[in-house]
Amino acid sequence: MKKVADQDVPRAARTFRRWIIEQSRRSNVGHVASALSIADIMAVLWGAVMKAPGTGRPDRDRFILAKGHAALALYCALRWKKLLDEKTFETFCGDGSTLGQHPEHALPGVDLSTGSLGQGLSVGCGLAYGLRARRNPGRVFVLLSDAECNEGQVWEAAQFAGHHRLANLCAVIDLNGLQALGHTKDVLDLAPMADKWRAFGWEAVDVDGHDCGALEAALNADHGRSRMVVARTVQGKGVSFMENRLEWHYRNLTDDECALALREIGPA
Amino acid sequence: MRNAFVRSLIAQAAADERIFLLTGDLGWSVVDAFASRYPDRFLNVGVAEQNMAGLATGLAQAGFTPFTYTIATFASMRPYEQIRNGPILHRLPVRIVGVGGGFAYGHAGMTHFALEDLAIARAQPGLTVIAPADPAQTAAAMEAIRTVEGPVYLRIGKGGNPEVPGLNGRFALGRPEVVMEGSRVLLLATGAVAANAIEAARLLHADGIQAAAAVMAHLPYAPTPELTALLARFKAAVTVEEGYTAGGLGSLAAETIAQRGIACRLLIRGVHASPAGRAGSTAFLQAAERLSPEGIADSARTVLTAAPK
Repeated sequence: MKKVADQDVPRAARTFRRWIIEQSRRSNVGHVASALSIADIMAVLWGAVMKAPGTGRPDRDRFILAKGHAALALYCALRWKKLLDEKTFETFCGDGSTLGQHPEHALPGVDLSTGSLGQGLSVGCGLAYGLRARRNPGRVFVLLSDAECNEGQVWEAAQFAGHHRLANLCAVIDLNGLQALGHTKDVLDLAPMADKWRAFGWEAVDVDGHDCGALEAALNADHGRSRMVVARTVQGKGVSFMENRLEWHYRNLTDDECALALREIGPA
Repeated sequence: MRNAFVRSLIAQAAADERIFLLTGDLGWSVVDAFASRYPDRFLNVGVAEQNMAGLATGLAQAGFTPFTYTIATFASMRPYEQIRNGPILHRLPVRIVGVGGGFAYGHAGMTHFALEDLAIARAQPGLTVIAPADPAQTAAAMEAIRTVEGPVYLRIGKGGNPEVPGLNGRFALGRPEVVMEGSRVLLLATGAVAANAIEAARLLHADGIQAAAAVMAHLPYAPTPELTALLARFKAAVTVEEGYTAGGLGSLAAETIAQRGIACRLLIRGVHASPAGRAGSTAFLQAAERLSPEGIADSARTVLTAAPK
């Protein structure tokens, strides 16, 4: 697979992780681990794959964060693309801020308000179908969580995209194996994930969700039909004491934990 | 009404390339006329109403004006949250068409009775809710919603709805349409059952009671000046709707009367309890809920005995 030529993308992912930790501490809110687990996916999408994301260009690629609870990672991408200023970024979860724990389209750069799991992929299908009908070259990228696939509506959308061969639609699943109350394999086993999507008529590929080069190749591929990138990730990736630990779905950071996490992530 | 709807849609689609029709695998002999004329703007999405609401959201974001079509229960309740988080939250021009409101699918039984669709739709301030009384008013409502920026819930009857005498296809957002004048009691109705209310007014007139009758097809979130002015003319009123009595037209009238300080006694006529376990013709089911012309006329007599002098 093609490797990312420069180091901008991995560097962006490190920056996102630092911002996620710093801002979680500042705002004293959770969902840290969910945001960390998609830092590399977001850096690749926003840094190397999508065309003019978050802008007003009609032919831009669209992005839907179906797993809306990781909004902080999206705000990082918007800040990194200079679509969101640092001061506004730091209002995250403050009274009256547009930057809630789930993204709202009232914030420039956010294509769809999300937060209720299972609904984003359907909108992505409608957008992809509509853009194709209008001969608009814009592509649609939807990022789902693994447990989100418990929702029946995801599979309604899966049928639709498969049937209509929406080649301008690419979805990514953040397969970190954890959900709110336990391991996905213990709650509702989703394996084999990629095979499920193949059975619905998608082109599906398994990748290491923290390998930026592999992610970029998978996200940019064109197979003439809807693509599913099953990104195997580690929840809390980059911070040893958060990795694969359920409590970081909820917990806030202490000052000491914040400092330790930033040391582990390293300089931006 | 469904034929009037699809005729209007076909006519509008000729001039407006944004119009797109989605169906949840329903509308045999209704949607075909649109589909054959505009195959590129028609989609049968399958039996998947939640996905249909999401697709409509995405299509609207891509610049289309999508109409979603299925039975009123499945149009409103199954994808309620998707409608809230999609077209309503994003203020998109999605038109949700629910066919067969109330007891229109009488023989189909409880799962097909749309009895709370108007109430739950009206609970959303960003959703324009319309239940036309007859085919001509359906066509007028279709015309009126062309300029509505946000989403619309259009609840229509099935087939065979008669034209309501005196209504003559009148419709405007926020405005009740008076179809029979009278001074003693107002019969205010919404949806296809309005025909029964007009007939009830006729029965009352024959009995020497000067009953007025009006159609309120648009059920706004808050009282409107036109509705307030109409209710203010009466000391007694009966609202008539084919659905549960909480949240719909009766509630709108009650909220108007209470918040505007109108001295009008109100009787809310509708479905008061679950009709589970009872199927039958629409007329039979309406009569069982005292929504027949005779039942409505009796309600008017009842409310008159309690009205302020």
